[in-house]
This record gives sequence, C-alpha cells and structure tokens, in this order.
Amino acid sequence: MARESESGLPIEPVYGPEAQRDWDPAEKLGEPGAYPFTRGVYPSMYTGRPWTMRQYAGFGTAVESNARYRQLIANGTTGLSVAFDLPTQMGHDSDAPIASGEVGKVGVAIDSIDDMRVLFDKIPLDKVSTSMTINAPAAVLLVLYQLVAEEQGISADRLTGTIQNDVLKEYIARGTYIFPPKPSLRLTADIFKYCRTEMPRWNTISISGYHMAEAGASPAQEIAFTLADGIEYVRTAVAAGMDVDDFAPRLSFFFVARTTILEEVAKFRAARRIWARVMREEFGAKNPKSLMLRFHTQTAGVQLTAQQPEINLVRVAVQGLGAVLGGTQSLHTNSFDEAIALPTDKSARLALRTQQVLAHETDVTATVDPFAGSYVVERMTDDMEAAVRELMQKVEDLGGAVDAIEHGFQKNEIENNAYRIARETDSGERVIVGVNRFQLDEEEPYEPLRVDPAIEAQQAQRLAALRAERDQHLVDSALTSLKKAADGEDNVLYPMKDALRARATVGEVSNALREVWGTYVPSDL
Amino acid sequence: MSSSPLRVIVAKPGLDGHDRGAKVVARALRDAGVEVIYTGLHQTPAQIVATAIQEDVDGIGLSVLSGAHMTTFKEVMKLLRHEDAEDIVVFGGGIIPADDVENLLNEGVAALFTPGTSTATVVDWVTTHVGTSKEPSRHVTA
Repeated sequence: MARESESGLPIEPVYGPEAQRDWDPAEKLGEPGAYPFTRGVYPSMYTGRPWTMRQYAGFGTAVESNARYRQLIANGTTGLSVAFDLPTQMGHDSDAPIASGEVGKVGVAIDSIDDMRVLFDKIPLDKVSTSMTINAPAAVLLVLYQLVAEEQGISADRLTGTIQNDVLKEYIARGTYIFPPKPSLRLTADIFKYCRTEMPRWNTISISGYHMAEAGASPAQEIAFTLADGIEYVRTAVAAGMDVDDFAPRLSFFFVARTTILEEVAKFRAARRIWARVMREEFGAKNPKSLMLRFHTQTAGVQLTAQQPEINLVRVAVQGLGAVLGGTQSLHTNSFDEAIALPTDKSARLALRTQQVLAHETDVTATVDPFAGSYVVERMTDDMEAAVRELMQKVEDLGGAVDAIEHGFQKNEIENNAYRIARETDSGERVIVGVNRFQLDEEEPYEPLRVDPAIEAQQAQRLAALRAERDQHLVDSALTSLKKAADGEDNVLYPMKDALRARATVGEVSNALREVWGTYVPSDL
Repeated sequence: MSSSPLRVIVAKPGLDGHDRGAKVVARALRDAGVEVIYTGLHQTPAQIVATAIQEDVDGIGLSVLSGAHMTTFKEVMKLLRHEDAEDIVVFGGGIIPADDVENLLNEGVAALFTPGTSTATVVDWVTTHVGTSKEPSRHVTA
C-alpha cells in the first residue's frame, strides 16, 4: 500500500524499472550544471568544494553579535548570516513604543550607521560574503552595509552577499511587512537597478519558501508559492524596463530541509527543473545563469522539539543530509535548543560541526547528485514537478502571486495544512519522538541563553546621543529628498544613502517611506 | 456565566509574525464551539485589552515566540487590573523558558502552553477554566 508523502503524493513500497518506462534522462536531467539543471547548477557540485556553511546568528547589541561572528569565522564558518531583531525588521527604532520587549531578542538591534559600523568591526567585508535576513527595509540595511564597507576602504562592486528582500512571502507567512504590495514591488525593482549599477556581485533577493514551510506549507506548496513569487518579481523588473538577463542571474532562493529526505531531495531537483523551464520558456532568458535556481537551505526549525532537546541534533543531521543530497549552495543547520530559546555558544558550534561532519566524514560530496537515476527519487521528482505546476497554475488563475495574496489564497492553503499536521500529531498518527511517543516522565531542566534586558535602554541612549550630535538640517533635507523620490519615479536608494550617511535612523527612513506609501493591512481580519 | 458560548480573543502582541500556533489554537477552539476573535499581528497590549473589553470576552489567549513575553504579557495583566477587568482569564503560549513561566503565573497569567502541547490540552483547559470561575487554578503544561 502506498504511503502518503508530506505533499500528499504516493510513495510505493517498491519501485522498479517500470517506474522509468517513458522516462528520458536527456529531457529530465541533462548534464550537471546544464539545462534543465535537475542534477545541480554546477558541473562539479561538491566535488570541487563543499557548500557554503552559513550560520544565521545575531542577538543583543552590535557588540555582542560582532563577537559571535568573529567566533563563527574562527570556527570555520564560510559566510555570515545576520539576524536582525524585530524592530529593525519592521523599520522601527529601538526606542519606539511598539519595540518594547523586542529589542535585541531574535536578532541584533541596528538603529543607524553607528550600530552597523560596530557590527562589522574588524570583519573584512571584501573577504566574507554576508547574507542579511531583512525584507521590508532591505534597501536600508543594504545601503548601511555599503556605507560601512566604504569606510573600510572597500568599493561596493567588490561586495558579495545576499539580502532576503522578499516581501511577498511576508504577506503569506512571515508577517514582517511594512508597505502594501505595489510600493513594495517598486522598491524591489529600485534595489535590482541600484545593485546592477553599484553592487553587481550582490544577490538582490532570496525568494523564500522556508517561512511558508515553517508556517505549515507542504513541500509542494512551499515550492509552488515561492516560484510564483519569483515569477511576480521577474514580471515586476521586466515591467520596470530591465532586460531579464540583466537581473535574473542575481536572483537566489531559500528553502527548508525536513527530515523526510526522499521527498526533500525530489523537491529540490524538481524546483530547479521548473525554474529553468519557466525562465527560458516564459521569460526568454538566454544567459544560463538566469536559468539556474541557486538556493540556500535551512533545516526545519518547526520539527525541533522542546522535549528531550538533544534529539534535535539527530534531526538536524538528517535534515542537513537531505539539503546536501538535494544540491544546496549554502546551508544553515539549526541549533538543538531552538525550540527553547536562542542558541548558546556551544549549541551554535555543534550546529556548525554537524555540517562539517557531513562535508568531511561522509562520501556524499564525492559525486554529483547521488540520487540521479534512482527509481523512487526520479519518480518522486516527476510527481513533485506535476503537483507544483498544478498549484502554480492555481495562483496564475487568480491573477498571479499578488492577486492570490489579496485573496488570502496561499495563507489559507498553508493554514489548512498546518491544522492537518496538528490534528495528526494530536491523534498520534504522526509520530514525534519525545513528544507523542518515547517521552520521558521528567524532562531535564535546560538553562537557555538570555538576552540582557538592559539592551533596550542602552540602544535608547545611543539613539539620544546620535540625535543630539548629528546635523539635523542635513538629515531633514535628505529625508525630504527621499520622500520626493518615493512619491515620484527616481530610485529611492540614492537619497536613502544620503540620509543614512547623515545618520538618519532605520526608523526615520522607514517612517519617511510609510508617509508616502502607507502600510499594509492584511485581508484575513 | 450563562449558557451563552464562551468568547475569547486570540492575540499576537508585539512585532512577532509567527502566527501558526495562534491560528491552529484559534481553529481548534472554534471547532470546539468557542467564539474566537483573532486580532491579527502586531498588536500593542493596549489594543488587545481594549478589544477584549469592547468584545466582552471571557478570556485572552496571547501568543509570543519572539522572546518579548515578559514585557507584553505583564503589560496586558497590568492594563487589565487598571481597567478593573481582572475577571478576563489570560492564558498564553510560545517559546517561554521555565523560569519565565513561573514568573508569569505569579503575575496572574492563568496558564501557559509551551511547544509540544496538544490542541486538545488547550481546548480542554479553556473550556474548563475560562468563563466558569473567577479563580482559575494555576496551570502549566507542555
């Protein structure tokens, strides 16, 4: 009897040659590093060098996060990934009333160039690549990064890294939106144009399914809604007058890796194939780099448990293995204590060590796309492709990603799946080791890392000092220029850079844009 | 309380955007016959308390996964005392370390549900303790 996958697709107990009767490897796979990129975006994949081990980190003030980054670099991490606190992600200063209790909690608090300078102190920005999980105010943090690099004597064209900058998934799953979709997409197009001129090596967006998955999306929903968002961004940039091959090579993606390895590998392979075909057939992209779905993966945080948390080390190893077998370009492995609190130094180190074991103590890096030709994985890849295409068509039928968002379509589909999972877990049909089976009578106490609550007051003091010291006329006139650009058609990033250089804060710059563009109110209330 | 259905609001205080838990609990409560008002994201404690009073609810369920629970839960309790609305039972959930759970229960939060709690546990607790007693028993479960 067939078992159902997480996407509700069949997994038969046995597959044989009949599973590949009409299956043409030339059409379905191609060579590694060649269209349709099912086998991976590079010909040699990990046989040349392993994926980038990119651990997402950040908490407290810029001083503490800077110390954590330098420690991660010393431990062998090969790319930085900055977590910002929620006030920064929502474009509020640390002293705004709504920021109360949130400062420095889920990431580092950045209010101005003063904080950004401290965050990257003694980190050579021409040598590391930096990923920043920042969306609605992505432009603000990108420009701050550029300003700090310039202070270090590094020109913007040498900077490498990624801004997440994916607002559409914020409406669907993650919730850190500021502006309505239309101005948000215009801002995205401004960023694409700005980076093409100023920061050509920067990944301008990381189109993300991870957060949808964390909110409850199945693998097929995760890929379908993410690629549909990708299509919306491409259409926006083309409509803003850009040639597809001028920006598509800088698009990147971000997915989850669950413990269900077979379906996850199939998912990554199917996603690459679909994107390559969409870019070639729908958008006429010619540059092979425009066709490549390059992606970052994070292991599924939602699968981690607060009960017997050490089990999470095992889950993360399995999840990470799936990401590697699926051909990820970079990977974050979660710390085992994430269902309890922020990672400690030790748990963060163990998470990185997990990747190092995968890279150096297994043989999965020895050959490209090890599952190619597998009866089951090729079949699941084809099934996944069909299921994803069908859901993408539903989004198209509603008028594309933005219109579907306004109908609440993606969010509803995801919430239905989340509720189904909760019910299966409650009934015991879905086994969670340590939670609904194999429990301990008494959990061991765990002492989590805590963020110093004094940080909020410290950031407020820094802001007060900054506002007293800076040339207020310069700030005011720069913010006026920014609003003028936002109201018209000029690229907002140039006046934004002037304002931030003059020490305008993240909150002030975001508020200037709020004044012109308004804020988003979801339809599901 | 009379035989009218139980009314609760499920609220997301602060800037946290993770609403999976809140939405699942809201739906499970609705399936159990509870009238649920979901506030949406990014609510201040003042907005939540104002909604609770205006909607004449029996209980408030707060969900926070961002670590801001000590600030926002306490503020909700304080505002309820200020409004003489302490008969509204407050419960909550999220990633809340054990010490904080203890601390919040002492502040008057009636129950806290941490990761791994089944929806049945939450539904049972709400239907037993909300709207029926002015002195709900202290309760913590995972």
